[in-house]
Parts: sequence; structure tokens; C-alpha cells
Amino acid sequence: MNTDSTALPAYDEESGVFGEPEAPQGHGMSVGERIALAVCVLGTLAFLGAIFGDRQSLLGLGGLAAIVVGASVYFALAWRHKGSAELNDFAFFRTARNRGAIGWALGIAMTAFYVVLYWWPSYLEPAIRTLDPLSLRLAGKPANQWFLYGLVYTVAVLTFGVRMLVRHRKNRYQVVRTSSVMFFQIVFAFLIPHILEFFQQPEYYLTYFWPLKPDYLFPGSVRALIDRPGGVGMFLLLWSTLATFVATPILTYYYGKRWYCSWVCGCGGLAETAGDPFRHLSDKSTKAWKLERVVIYSVLAFIVLTTIVVWLHASGHAGWLGGTADKLSRAYGFFIGSIFSGIVGVGFYPLFGSRVWCRFGCPMAAILGIQQRLWSRFRITTNGGQCMSCGNCSTHCEMGIDVRAYAQRGENIVRASCVGCGICSSVCPRGVLKLENGPTGPDRIAGNTRVTLDV
Amino acid sequence: MTTTTKHAVILGNGVAGYTTALKLRELQPTWRITMISGESTYPFSRPALMYVYLGHMRYQDTKPFEDHVWREKRIELVRDWVTGIDTERRRLTRTQGDPIDYDELLIATGSRPNKFGWPGQDLDGVQGLYSLADLKRLYDVTPRTRRAVIVGGGLIGIELAEMVHSRGIPVTLLVRERSYWSSVLPPEESVLVNRQILGAGMDLRLQTELGSIVDDGQGRVCAVITKQGERIDCDLVGLTAGVSPNVDVAKAAGIPVGRGVLVDRTLRTRVPHVWSAGDCAEIDGEPGAKSLLQQVWYTGKLQGDVVAAGMAGSPRAYDPGIWFNSAKFLNLEYQTYGRVNLKVPGESSVYWERADGLAALRVVYTESGVIGFNTMGLRIRHEVCERWIRDALPIERVLERLAEANFDPEFFTRHEAEMTRAFQAQLGAMVAT
Repeated sequence: MNTDSTALPAYDEESGVFGEPEAPQGHGMSVGERIALAVCVLGTLAFLGAIFGDRQSLLGLGGLAAIVVGASVYFALAWRHKGSAELNDFAFFRTARNRGAIGWALGIAMTAFYVVLYWWPSYLEPAIRTLDPLSLRLAGKPANQWFLYGLVYTVAVLTFGVRMLVRHRKNRYQVVRTSSVMFFQIVFAFLIPHILEFFQQPEYYLTYFWPLKPDYLFPGSVRALIDRPGGVGMFLLLWSTLATFVATPILTYYYGKRWYCSWVCGCGGLAETAGDPFRHLSDKSTKAWKLERVVIYSVLAFIVLTTIVVWLHASGHAGWLGGTADKLSRAYGFFIGSIFSGIVGVGFYPLFGSRVWCRFGCPMAAILGIQQRLWSRFRITTNGGQCMSCGNCSTHCEMGIDVRAYAQRGENIVRASCVGCGICSSVCPRGVLKLENGPTGPDRIAGNTRVTLDV
Repeated sequence: MTTTTKHAVILGNGVAGYTTALKLRELQPTWRITMISGESTYPFSRPALMYVYLGHMRYQDTKPFEDHVWREKRIELVRDWVTGIDTERRRLTRTQGDPIDYDELLIATGSRPNKFGWPGQDLDGVQGLYSLADLKRLYDVTPRTRRAVIVGGGLIGIELAEMVHSRGIPVTLLVRERSYWSSVLPPEESVLVNRQILGAGMDLRLQTELGSIVDDGQGRVCAVITKQGERIDCDLVGLTAGVSPNVDVAKAAGIPVGRGVLVDRTLRTRVPHVWSAGDCAEIDGEPGAKSLLQQVWYTGKLQGDVVAAGMAGSPRAYDPGIWFNSAKFLNLEYQTYGRVNLKVPGESSVYWERADGLAALRVVYTESGVIGFNTMGLRIRHEVCERWIRDALPIERVLERLAEANFDPEFFTRHEAEMTRAFQAQLGAMVAT
């Protein structure tokens, strides 16, 4: 005990703002950064100009391009000198990144965008028409709200992907992984579906599978693909079926669910790029973990049941089901597809972190997670006794896993929800954590001989 | 295991204290366990203080366990400073509440920043970085700080420099040695740390000692004067020239104290029913050997484990095991295992450094085998290094198997081939001479 502290201290460390500076003095913005941001603003103005002016001109697309280039250059300039130790400086002091005024404003704006997109797309009509020149060239037809959404989504993955690439330029796992999500978003989740449309084929997303995209294995789509003349329909059906039932279990066995969730998936792609500034906002409490298990497995049960019912209904031998199949699949689409994965999943990034959907809702993540927990070579290894319980790993885990709880007892981390983003390993100041694929024996989870606390 | 219910009181809620509490609860489900600290209500990770200041985490994120754990484990947390120990009546007095009686007492009061009698060392704006109170003081002084001077070239000094620097405040580091932390790091590694500091744009003054700290006339620091007589204006002075065991309460109670609270190898003090562990404990060495003062995180944990066993009735000798540690010097990670730079008789080492100076590996060995590892900017496996050191693996075998020790993230460039070439060249040269 300090002899100079005979009275209790004049601070309240439990108050939420302990340590928050009133106005953090940052390092000012450089000229280059200002110019890049100005390009962004000009791009936005050009896009707005196109919306309210001649929508068919290329001004709008030029504006979008300027936003992408300006933002990318800004991120590159802002992060290029920062080393691994500085990546999260001020993260909790920024009002945008710690549920402050800007954070709430962003959350509300993003949520509003989803609400309008799903239910009042006519308000987006001016913006949609601005994209016609691009849509006509790419997909051979005028744009609709989903084209707009796909483009905005891809632009977000691209620009914030650049941010990730510059931030983590010295960490090759992050560079390769970020390049992967950017590639799959641009090529598989944007270009290929629209090019398929251009050739009068279905707008098909080759990187989305049942049950994340449940209707791909619903009788309606299956029949449509089978009935389609030419080989493309059968190919897509075969691809989808093999991906769900063969490729997914094999890849998950060898690499854990990360091969999909943080390398390929579009939802994951957005979370890992545009969502990265908010990753630390996930709830790490045991309570949240309990809720997570109840909710995500309920969603899984919901979609499995729905799938069974729609097939029973389609088989024609279950007349007693009446309209249940239709009702169930509509309910799933409304509550899970729209509200959960879109509005809550992305709109709430600035409030609950970037992986709310992936953690609490995604039925694909649920299946991959069960397999990862029980039957996979993937684990995060803890390096002996080096952990000093600082908590950087848990704080920056977007899935809300209390990584430290395992690391400080020298145990490896094998959790159903881990998407293998690798950020825990990169923020660890003591070199304690390593993502690995290895033998599936009992030592996959068991730790070492260090002091363990049974908590 | 005894069936009588006793009251164990733990003085200090750092890692040694809370490990003891949790371990004791496992061993003695019925005992009453109380943990007292005036610093914080709940245990937190002391090494994480810097990350709160940097904005990487909030204070509540530094807690190793959720708050409900202490309730569930029935460990009573008392927020108070202890003012005295009556070892006869086994009673603690404190500033706020009634005295507390104990059956077993652990003194885990940690340590405090060294002050070497510098003139002005108690001025406002002069502080160490050890406790929550230090962090609070740092918050308060930051807005008016135009320059900070950090005294002492060790692990906390560079942390404090990094913190202040993050707020755009110019930093001067006064380091007595010829190179940063050269009392522990071999010259090559130490130079890499110097380069990190200079690369960040900090003012590093090697072979420079603090002479005195200047009062601005109102009890605040306004400058320091080095022993060479140079005056450096500043509003914050960080005293980070090591820490010393915090033994005041123990000493006042008549518990024998040397550098720290003296304990035998089961961590019992010279007074019955009183134990000590962590930064503040000085442990009797093997017969004839120097006593041990171990002040890092994991030793606090290991010692807490030993104290719990002892209190519960099955005392065990503390085995410090093979030393290890780690740190991060700005962007440069550091890990060490075993004995490095300790002038062990017959020791030699091989050293490899990447061309960019951001990664290095040193393997230290004697004729009987490998004794230590140092890495900079690389991660290696604790268990592998420990095993090799314990088995005294010959240096040649270590070089063949280097890849087994690698713990860098996937896709990172592997350096084993290059390292082995460098090491073999060094070994060959040594044989030739």
C-alpha cells in the first residue's frame, strides 16, 4: 500500500469515462490527406449533381469513382506511417468509434438506408437511374435497387479494404486475407452475377450457399435451374449443392470456418473492411455469449425447418401443410433475411460492432461453427506463459470472444464463433497468439503446464 | 486439507494477490477469503495501463475476469488502504472501516517507482507509471504538457514515452547506459531499440543522467537539469528507473524485510501466518545463492499458486522455472527465454539480424548446450525453447530444428534458412579461431 495514499483515491476507475481525454489532440491532417478527402467530397457532389441533373450521363459514375479513389488515397496516406503499435491509438476516444454522437448518427443513417432500400426503394429511384449506364453495360439491363446496393457494398469493401491493406501492410496474413475478401466481393459477388445476367442467365452468387442463401436449395430455384435450357442451370445447381454438402465440410475441417467467414463471404468481407473501425464494440460478456448461442442456433433451426417444410410441400404429399411453407419462408425472408442480416447486421455496426449478424444470426456460421468446434484442425494456439492478461485480444475480437480468458490460462482457443480474422494475434503485444491448423488430438484445446485458474 | 473454516486475507489485488485468492478458493471451498486494495475495486492487468491511455482499451477491458466472478467465487473485495498489521492478534487496521482479523495473511503489495533522492523528485508533474493513481495523474498533467522527460532506460520508460508521444507531445529520454536497456539486452538488440526510439522522432539522450528537477515556484516541475548541466524545459517528468518492493506496511509491522519482504521458498515470511508474494517478496535462494526478487507478471502468478497451496496446508517450494519474458518496444516485439547476457561461464552466442533491422534472433549456448534465446520482431514458441534449454540441446541440434520454434503468424516470411547460414558461419569462425 502506498504510504502517500492514506485516503481513498480521487478517481473512479469504474466510471465509463475514466481516462477519456476531453479533446484528444491528434496529429493534424497532412496536405495530401486533405486533398484526398476533397476529391471524395467532389465525387459526392458530382454523384448528387448527376442524381438531380442528367441521370444518364457518366458524371454520376465519375463521382463514384472519385469517392473510391479519394477515400482509398486518404486511408493510404493516413495509415502509411503507422506501425503495429499505433493501429488502435485513440480508438476509444473517437466519437465515431465509441458510440458517440457520430457513431449514433452513422448507425441511424445506415439503418435508414436499409429500411428505404427494402421497403421504399422508390425514394432511391434518382440514384438508381444514375447507375443505368453502368448497369446496361454490365448486366445488359437498367439498374434496380439491388444493383445500387451491390455497387455501394462493393465500393465499401474496396475502399475500406485499402484501409486494411495499408494498416496491416507488415502482416502478410492480413494482407492476403483482405485481398481475398476484396477479390471475392468484386468478382464473385458483383461482376459475375451481372455478367451472367448480361448473357440472359440467372443473377447467381457463386459464393453464397444454403443456408446463408436458403432459397438456392429451395424447390423453386432448384426447379428453375433444372428447367433452364443449356448447361448453365445444371452447373449452378451442381456448384451450389457440392459447395454446401462437400466443399464446405472439407474446407472447414482443414482450415476452420475462416476459409469462408473471413476469406470469401460477402457479409464477412464487409465486416472485415468497412466494419473494422467498429470491431472493438462487440460485447465480450458471458451473458452475450449465452444469448449468442440461443439466438444463432434458433435461426439455424428456423431455416432447417423451413427448408424441410418447403420441400415437403413441393413433394405434393403434404397437403395438410396448407400455406405453412409459404408463410415460413416469407417470415424467414422478412425477419432474418431483411431485418436481421441487413438492418441489424450492418446498420448497427457503429453500435454493436461489425459482426452482429455473423455472431448472432448467420445459420451458415452456425453450421461451420459446430463443425469447427468439434471436427476441425483449426485452433488459436497460446504461447506458453507469455500472456499478461492485458486484454487487447478480447477487446478487438469482433466476435466478442473473450480470448484472454483462454490465453491467460495457457489454453488454446477453439470456439465455434471464431472467424479466424487473426486480429487477436496481431494486436497481442507479447506474441502470444497464433492461428494454426494442426492435428485434431486432445492437445488441440488442452493448454500447457502453466498455472491455471479454474474460473 | 483441513475442515475448519479460516479467514484468509490478501493485501493487494495484483496478479499475485488474485491468483492466490482464486487458487485458494479451489483448494478451500469453505474458507472466507478477503482481498483488500485501495487502488481499485476489481483486479485489473497492470501491464495494460498504457493501453487505456492510448485509447486501445477502456479501463474495464483490462480486467482479467468479469466482475461477477468474484461474487461467484465468494471472494470479498474490500476497497481500502491497510494502515497496520498486528501480527500477534492477527489483525489489520485500515483507513475507512473496522479492523479485519485474519488467520492467514498474504502481503502482495507490489512495488513502486524508484526515486533516488533527486532534488525536486516530489514536485507536481513528476511521477512513475505503476498504479491507477499514476495513470490518473498522467491524464491530469497531459493537457498542459508541452514536453515530457522520461528518466530511465527500461521497459516502463519506453511505454511511458510511447504513451505521451501518442498525444503529439515531444519526448526526451534520459538513459544512463550507453544504449537502451543495455543492462539486460546485448548490444545488438539494444541498438535496434535505440533505432525504434529515434525512428519515432523521440529525443534519446544516452549516457545522460538526471541531476535535478526544477520547481516553477508553485510546486510544479518546469525543467530538469542533467548531470552534465543541461537544462531541458518540461512539464512532465517520468521516473522509470526501475521499481522497488513496497514494504512499508510489512516493515512497520515488524515483519523482517531486506530488499523486499523476506520469505522462505514456500513464500512464508519470518512471522507465522504471514506470507508474501509478487513484486514485494524477496525469496531465499538455494543455500549459498543470492535471494530472488522476481517482478514480472508470470512470477506473480506462479508465486500466488504457491502461497495458496501453503495457506491451504500443503506448502510447496517455489520453483521459478526457466526464465522468460516479453515486451514491445514501440513497434518491435521482444521475447526472451532462459539466460541471455548474464555472463554465464563459457557462454557464447550466435546472432542473426534481418537486413531491415526489424527482426533478430540470438541463441546463447555453452559447451553443454543451449541456455537462452532472444528475439526481436519475431515470435518463437515458449514450450519449444523451454524444452531445448531444459534438455541442454547442443547448439548444432538447435540450428537444425529452428523451424520448430517459429511462432510467427501464417504467411510471414520464414527466415530459418538465412538464420542457419548466418549461425553456421559464426560457429565456423569460432571453431577456426
